[in-house]
Formats: sequence, structure tokens, C-alpha cells
Amino acid sequence: MAILVTHISGWGRYPVQSCELERPERYTDLCANTDSVIARGQGRSYGDAALNENGRVLLTERVNRMLDFDTEQGILCAEAGTTLAEILPVIVPKGWFLPVTPGTKFVSLGGCVAADVHGKNHHRDGSFGDHVLSLELILADGSRVACSPSERPELFWATVGGMGLTGIIGEVTLKLVPVTSAYMKVQNHAAENLEQLFAVLGDAEQDERYSVAWIDCLAGGKNLGRGVAMFGHHADADHLPPSLGNPLIVKPKRSKTLPFDLPGWVLNPGSIGAFNNYYFKHEGSKQRPFLSGYDEYFYPLDSVGQWNRMYGKRGFVQYQCVIPEGTAFGGIRELLQELSASRRASFLAVLKRLGEQGRGMLSFPQAGYTLALDLPLRNDGLLSMLNRLDEIVLHHGGRVYLAKDARLSAESFRAMYPRYEEFLAVKNSIDPDNRFSSSLSRRLGIAGKA
Amino acid sequence: MNKPVLILGATSAIARATANSFALRGHDIYLAGRDMHELPRIAADLRVRYGVEVSYGSFDAEATDTHAAFLQSVIDQMNGLGGVVLAFGFLGDQIAARDFSFGAKVIAANFTGAASILSHCANYFEPLKNGFIIGISSVAGDRGRQSNYVYGAAKGALSLYLQGLRNRLFSSGVRVITVKPGFVDTAMTYGLPGLFLVASPQDIGERIARAPDKSADVLYLPWFWRYIMLIIKHVPEPIFKRLKL
Repeated sequence: MAILVTHISGWGRYPVQSCELERPERYTDLCANTDSVIARGQGRSYGDAALNENGRVLLTERVNRMLDFDTEQGILCAEAGTTLAEILPVIVPKGWFLPVTPGTKFVSLGGCVAADVHGKNHHRDGSFGDHVLSLELILADGSRVACSPSERPELFWATVGGMGLTGIIGEVTLKLVPVTSAYMKVQNHAAENLEQLFAVLGDAEQDERYSVAWIDCLAGGKNLGRGVAMFGHHADADHLPPSLGNPLIVKPKRSKTLPFDLPGWVLNPGSIGAFNNYYFKHEGSKQRPFLSGYDEYFYPLDSVGQWNRMYGKRGFVQYQCVIPEGTAFGGIRELLQELSASRRASFLAVLKRLGEQGRGMLSFPQAGYTLALDLPLRNDGLLSMLNRLDEIVLHHGGRVYLAKDARLSAESFRAMYPRYEEFLAVKNSIDPDNRFSSSLSRRLGIAGKA
Repeated sequence: MNKPVLILGATSAIARATANSFALRGHDIYLAGRDMHELPRIAADLRVRYGVEVSYGSFDAEATDTHAAFLQSVIDQMNGLGGVVLAFGFLGDQIAARDFSFGAKVIAANFTGAASILSHCANYFEPLKNGFIIGISSVAGDRGRQSNYVYGAAKGALSLYLQGLRNRLFSSGVRVITVKPGFVDTAMTYGLPGLFLVASPQDIGERIARAPDKSADVLYLPWFWRYIMLIIKHVPEPIFKRLKL
């Protein structure tokens, strides 16, 4: 099959590496036909998870057929290249929704499994892998095996969150959740500082199925951690105004695309501070619950195509970590202080409560709070500051999310992911020659003897 | 009620996109092709996405003696047809020019097989005084070039065949549409150097599905290829023969 050698990157546009791309269109062409292969869906992981410098990258975007949708049981089976954006217009009109969704719908099912993604409902419903009924995995020797929580469970839980390193995810069977409308009922709460924000997010009275908080990380001192907590649940069709028409259909809005790279200086502490002030007042002032289409609610950034160009040509790093429940408040405060002290502006800063540790061996979520920061790359020691953040995270027993990562050290990785050796034992049993490897797996030293 | 559409050579990216666009318009679909691993997957996908009825079956363009029975079985199974899209094609390469046994295959697939199945389709639609036949030819058939003249000759012959068929079926009210895609982002072109203005299969498929409602007989896709080919066709032969194309 034809190979295209070219430079590619993840969503953060850092790092950029030369890879050999192959784009099969037939299911039978999904296989590891060379020494080093990694599957890549939509390239929405931020760093080097779907890069393979000087190695093969198998694009799954054309292997995207939906194979079965049981509208009675809410079970969807599709090839791993299928995106959530393709699935939603099929399932929502039939009264079903994704059990878990990340902040963009332009991700493949395979990517959702490989990164064991979480959404705003992690504290209630767990991560993506918890709703996968079964997978078909294409192994290094070319065999195609089914795995699920009951069939080959070790392989299944190594693959869920396994960053594509156990094999190529071919098919995913997913259990959906029922909804009666395509709308969300949303309630915002402004918080003047981190303490208030934690109080709101942790308040069982106010808690809803979906919760997330936006943080103004330029605010310091007594306002450190000020932000807006946003709660939501699927609106009941019976409570919608009749003027909306069919409750399962939301009229689509036109999306815009950022046509070019913004110069690096556009996003600076001044401009971000001005935006943050506006956003805090605007969103924080919404005291009453309001209705929102599911697209607007779950995927606000998807309405601006290629928004990653906002950070300029050099790209950005998304730093997402979790700090366990017990010391979450102190840990997050330390992280924000470090950030605030460096006068570094993160355009996007998100705080979210996570539920129990997932079952995937390399799954990111653990009970506690997760903080995600978008940090543009400049010549100013960002990477050394991120190493300091790693130390804080490690000190509190937390971890960094591999799907976002571009720079974690192998040593920190092993300290953060205690089930690493268990994962490696499974990998060695099915992929002894380490055919499934990526730039991320080499950087983190995920290979060899456990 | 939109009548069923038969897609011949249903596993290519352009064919799949065309089937999607017809299904979106509420047409039931019959997928014909050789790859019996892929056909059920594409059929399932069309059913799930668009809620239309989809059948599929094995079809070999080169096995011309099977074509009459094949078409009849499709007509029986789908309870009649509203249109046919001929989407199969086989791009040999330089080897085809040097080795005629391979070149014969290129001609058999792209022209002989196409002419065979299209003759049966024409005989079906003519008395109905209704329906459409869309043939996917190629800009490569507009002028012979050293890089792919066997393929180009077969596609050029297909274009001529469609032109004649259009003339024959005009009085019956059956539309015959020739589609000439330029560079499309498919497995056929992936990774090739020197391509420009490459179109997405989705865009091409959408244009093809709209064609029966429009008046054009020969459709260059995207549209600007009409002008690119106009220029290429008008380069005088004494100059053209010296070019490395």
C-alpha cells in the first residue's frame, strides 16, 4: 500500500516529526505490516501519542463504518475510525447518547478507547472504557481477537487506556445511554476563589451528572482559583418549551474555521486577562438554569475549526494532571500558584472532579481533581516549569494524562502509573517484538522486560 | 419515493461516498463488487447512518457472461431500479504499456466490462422511459499521455461509449451522465507526488448524486477540470508529444 512520508504533529502542534503514513480503506488492510506501527485516528491527542518518528503511522480515518445499531438496547458497534461527530447524528434522534464524551467530538472511537477518555460525568459514570462491551483487536501476529471485561480481560484492560500499544483497535461495541431530548439543562455558579470552587464542585446537593469548572488562572492572591462551575444534565423532553419542536433534534449551527496561525503574541497575559474578566462576568452572571443544545454544551471549541492555530506556529502543550482526593485542594493550589507566579497565561484552564480509579492498567483517572492547562510554547522555560509541576503532582500521588502529554520523563511516568509492569507483562505476551510503538512509548520507555 | 440505485464497484472511496449521498436522499442501495469482506461492512454502515434498505452481491466486471443474470437478479431483488452508477475502475500503471497481458486486464476492466454491463442496463431502462446511468470515466481519457495511456485509452473509450448511449437513450428520457473526476483523495492517489487541487471523495460523491437532477451531460469534478482539460486537449500535438506528462 502507498506510503506518504511527511511531517505531522498531534493537536498541540508540538512536537512535529517525520512519519510514514499509511491510510487503509479496507478493514482487512488494518494490520502491523512493519517493525514499528502506531494507529492514529483523528490526531487529537495533543503530544506524541499518535506519532512514530521515522516509523509507520496507520491512519484509521477511512475505516469508519458503523456496523450495527440496536435502537432497542442502545448498543452501537462500529469500526474504530468512526468519529463521535459521525455517531451523534445517528444515535441522538433515536433517543440515545454517548455514555462518556471528551470535550471534542472530532475523535475516533479507537482513540477514545486507547486514551480511556473521560468527560464531565466521570465522577458519576466513569471513563469511556467502562461502557465498552467488547473490542476487536488486531494483534502483532495479524490475528484478530475479541476482548471484553469477561473475555480476555487482561488484554481488554491493557488496551483500554493502553495508548494503542497492545494492537490496532478494529471494532468497538459501545453501550449508549438513553435520553429524551438533545438539550442540556445547565446551571452556572461563580466562585471568587479556589476554596469556593472546590466547595461548589464537591457539594453533593448541587452536584449533577455533568460538572466542570473553568478557572481564571491569571487571578492570584485572594482570588487565586476564581472561576465558574458549570453543572448540567440531559433535559427531559417534557420540560422543554414546545417551540423547540422535535426534542431530539437541535438545529445545526454553522461552524467557522481559523484560517491561519495567529501570531504568537496575540495570546498574552493582557489579552487573556481581558478575556478571563469578560468570561467570568458573563458566565458567572447566569444565575438561572438555561437550556443548551448538546453540541454547544459538550463541544464549545468544536465550533471553531483548527482552534489549535490560535497558539501560533510553535504550538502549545496541554498539561493535564490529577491530584488524589485527600490532598487535591492543596495540590491544585500549589500548581496554580506556580503558574500564577510565572505570569504564564493559560487560555484554557479546566478543573474537574474525577470519580473512582478506572480499571484500565494505564488509565489516567483516579478519584480526585483534575486540572488541565493550555500553555503556548515560547522560548521561556515552559518545559522546566512543567517539570516543577510534575514534582508537585508526584508529591501528592497524582499523575499526568498521557493523551495530552508531550514531555513527561520515563522516570516520572513509572512513578505515576503503578500498574505499568502489569501492563508490560500483557504487552510482552502478545507483542514480544514491540511492533506497536510510538514516539510516546519510546520517550516513556514503555517496552522491554517488566 | 426515490427508487433504488445500483452501485457497480462499490468498495472504492468515490463509490462509497456516492452511495452515502444517494442514501441520504432516501434511495435504497444495491452494492456490487468483488470484495465480499468489505461489501457487508459498507452495507451495514449505509443502513445505520441513513436507515435505507441496502443489499449487496458479488459482481466481476471482467466476467461479462455473468452480467445479464446479475442485473436481472438485482432488479428482482430490489423490485426495480431507478439508476445505476458505474464506479469500478482499475488503474494499471507503466507495466500496462509494456506488458499487454496486464494492459488487456486494464482494458477488460475499464472498458469491455463497463460496456457489457451498461448495455444490459440500457436495455432495462430504455422501455421504462425513465432512470439514469452515471458512468465514472476519467480526465485521463481526454488525451493520451505516456504515464497512463492504456488506462486513458480504456477510459476514453468508455467516455465515447457513454456519449453514444446518451444519444440513443435521449428519446426515451433516460439520462446518461459522464463523470470525469480529476485528482481525488483516494487509495489510488494516496502518497503520489505532484498532485494538486485534490478533491475529497465526499465532495465528488455529493456532486454525482446531484447530477440526475441537473442538466449537465458531462460532469468534470471538481468543475475547474473542464478548463484544465480544455487547455490540455488544445496543446498542438507536435508540442504535446515532447512533454513529460
